[in-house]
Amino acid sequence: MSDTAPLRETPDAADTAWTRKHLLGIADLSPSEIELILDTAESFREVGERPIKKVPTLRGKTVMNLFFEPSTRTRSSFELAEKRLSADSLNFSGSGSALSKGETLIDTARNLEAMAPDLVVIRHQHPGVPHLLAERIDAGIINAGDGAHEHPTQALLDAFTIRQHKGGLEGLEVAIVGDIEHSRVVRSNIHLLTKMGARVTVAGLRTMMPVEVEKMGVRAAYDLGEATRGADVVMMLRVQLERQAGGSLFPSVREYFRLFGLSPERLKRAKEDAIVMHPGPMNRGTEISSLVADGTRSVILEQVANGVAVRMAVLYLLMAARGAAV
Amino acid sequence: MKRADGNRQVCDTKRIVRGGRVIDPSQDLDRVLDVAIEDGKVAELGENLDAAGAEVTDAAGLVVTPGLIDIHVHLREPGFEYKETVASGVRSAAAGGFTAVACMANTLPVHDHRAVTELIMTEADRHPFARVYPIGAITRGLGGEDLAEIGDMVAAGAVAISDDGLPVSSAAMMRRALLYAQHYDVPVIQHAEDLDLTADGVMHEGEWSTRLGLPGIPALAEDVMVARDLLLSADTGGRYHVAHLSTGRSLAMVREAKRRGLSVTCEVSPHHLLLTDREVADSTFSTATKMKPPLRSSADVEALVEGLTDGTVDVIASDHAPHHPDEKDVQFSVAPFGILGLETTVSLCLDRLVRPGILDLAALVRLLSTGPARVLGLPGGSLEPGRPADLTLIDLEREVTVRSEDFHSRSCNTPFDGWQLTGAAVGTLLGGQPVTL
Repeated sequence: MSDTAPLRETPDAADTAWTRKHLLGIADLSPSEIELILDTAESFREVGERPIKKVPTLRGKTVMNLFFEPSTRTRSSFELAEKRLSADSLNFSGSGSALSKGETLIDTARNLEAMAPDLVVIRHQHPGVPHLLAERIDAGIINAGDGAHEHPTQALLDAFTIRQHKGGLEGLEVAIVGDIEHSRVVRSNIHLLTKMGARVTVAGLRTMMPVEVEKMGVRAAYDLGEATRGADVVMMLRVQLERQAGGSLFPSVREYFRLFGLSPERLKRAKEDAIVMHPGPMNRGTEISSLVADGTRSVILEQVANGVAVRMAVLYLLMAARGAAV
Repeated sequence: MKRADGNRQVCDTKRIVRGGRVIDPSQDLDRVLDVAIEDGKVAELGENLDAAGAEVTDAAGLVVTPGLIDIHVHLREPGFEYKETVASGVRSAAAGGFTAVACMANTLPVHDHRAVTELIMTEADRHPFARVYPIGAITRGLGGEDLAEIGDMVAAGAVAISDDGLPVSSAAMMRRALLYAQHYDVPVIQHAEDLDLTADGVMHEGEWSTRLGLPGIPALAEDVMVARDLLLSADTGGRYHVAHLSTGRSLAMVREAKRRGLSVTCEVSPHHLLLTDREVADSTFSTATKMKPPLRSSADVEALVEGLTDGTVDVIASDHAPHHPDEKDVQFSVAPFGILGLETTVSLCLDRLVRPGILDLAALVRLLSTGPARVLGLPGGSLEPGRPADLTLIDLEREVTVRSEDFHSRSCNTPFDGWQLTGAAVGTLLGGQPVTL
């Protein structure tokens, strides 16, 4: 793909290997489909560096952003991606919508469908909601996070960022540390990284580790040092402090940090050129010290920037697969 | 007048059920025989019985069994008639080959007092498609705090007590129930679940809950409750029955309790014998795979199947739990727990357990008739002369496709829709009368 050509002309969908109508998760993707998204994102990254950061690719197309859970980063990133592709976008958030007035999810979906969107980006607190919508409505569905299940565009932007720094994913040692049980980011990353040949270690408190996680093809560690030893990538997950309300999983933040907080000292166990990632939002001093978060190994803000390009790629590929004149 | 032995249908004519393969586990019987029926009761079993003056039901090529009994169903009446009624539930039972059902107390109002027992019995009398044996609540309002009027409900026809849908969480309350129920000689049926361990769980905790990111219900939630209750049962001498037992470890504890001579019985449900937690993923979060207890691991399934064959399991019961499509047609996390069972149990067991040789036919008949009758002390479950002439006719070669839209139930929540099965109940007799739907 040349720099900008496919964005300005009408590409032939048959030229791509992309045939899916929806992006529901990483679990069903093949390595070549993942490569295709990442390669496509490379060409879109350039758009964000232009003085006029906009291409007409999705002009006249409607994208609905349906966020049933609060989100700043992901929603803004999708919105920006849609705007840069010249799509018309519409935002729906959970609070204040019909759902809080007792309407079922399916009725909400049917009503939205009556407005004939081309794509729907959905974030919901319950696993499987994007899959349910995909069965029921005609629009292409992009999963922007379903409970603790999947968050495919996050894993894709993480992979994109790792690839930029490491050249590829195969053979890398990746440590993912934090609240593994409640994280959708970790599940999508496990699928993606293992498909692409990286070795993944997940680490966290025993009270936050899902059962039988090894069956997903990873190693489980219960010690930060053990997890990060020799790592090429250290990915820290947000400790979901709000979950502490329903019966605490650990006694205090200071005790958590003592076991699993990433300090410069602890980062030394990783490879010298290891990068540090975080999907955000960060709890400074809980899972990561500011010295690491703002340090030279941190690629956290690059992840955010890359998110826009990756989401542009996903929107573009799904729209092309819909057979629309993009 | 209400009779404590259920809504008996009496037939004044004579009838011969001719030439069927009679399987009656209560008499260790498996032979081609005629069954003679008089005054609604079994009169005689024999070869070439005299049919003079009798109506004849031709059962050649069919299996004839004591009427099948499902001791764990939710008829939803009173209060949830949009899901099921006594009228639709007994038709569903008859269509599935059952001549009797025992219905759970989580109605609205709760079946925790005699007026509800009488309402159910009255409705059952009006719709004589299968007998109905109500199960009363253990505690008032299923609240877990005060004993319901158990004696009064038993006098009106209740055959057991259970807070099913909810466990009796308090050990003190369970102990009291096991003691008090002995005055009326009824079993205490426990929905064994530690709700603290379940928390917000919606499926079995294991590899698949981990993959799907759904909160898990650990096997432990059942196991700690069964362990506790077995201690209470041993201490009180009370009759204890584990509803819808679903884990290998609970099964092992029941096996050991039986070995020690405790008054303990248990049932398992067909879905726990045939499906695993993986089904939630394979069906892409279908709410028809959501029930309590949840579909368990393949190791649990193997253990339960072993329990069927070694006699640890007393009963196969469906936990028929109708829910309206509006309630089930939502995302997995918020859907109610439960699936239908009355119209799929027999064919599922014949096709998936008997045909592959996992379970012999006589053992299945025991689990579906003699066993259930013994657990609840019902008059059926046997074709000995003098017993009610409740019979089920089974065609082992009948090919059926499960079609939920054709169910007699008012609901259609089943994970077995579209399954092609060989073997089906093709008719029932109730008090000697063929049941016509």
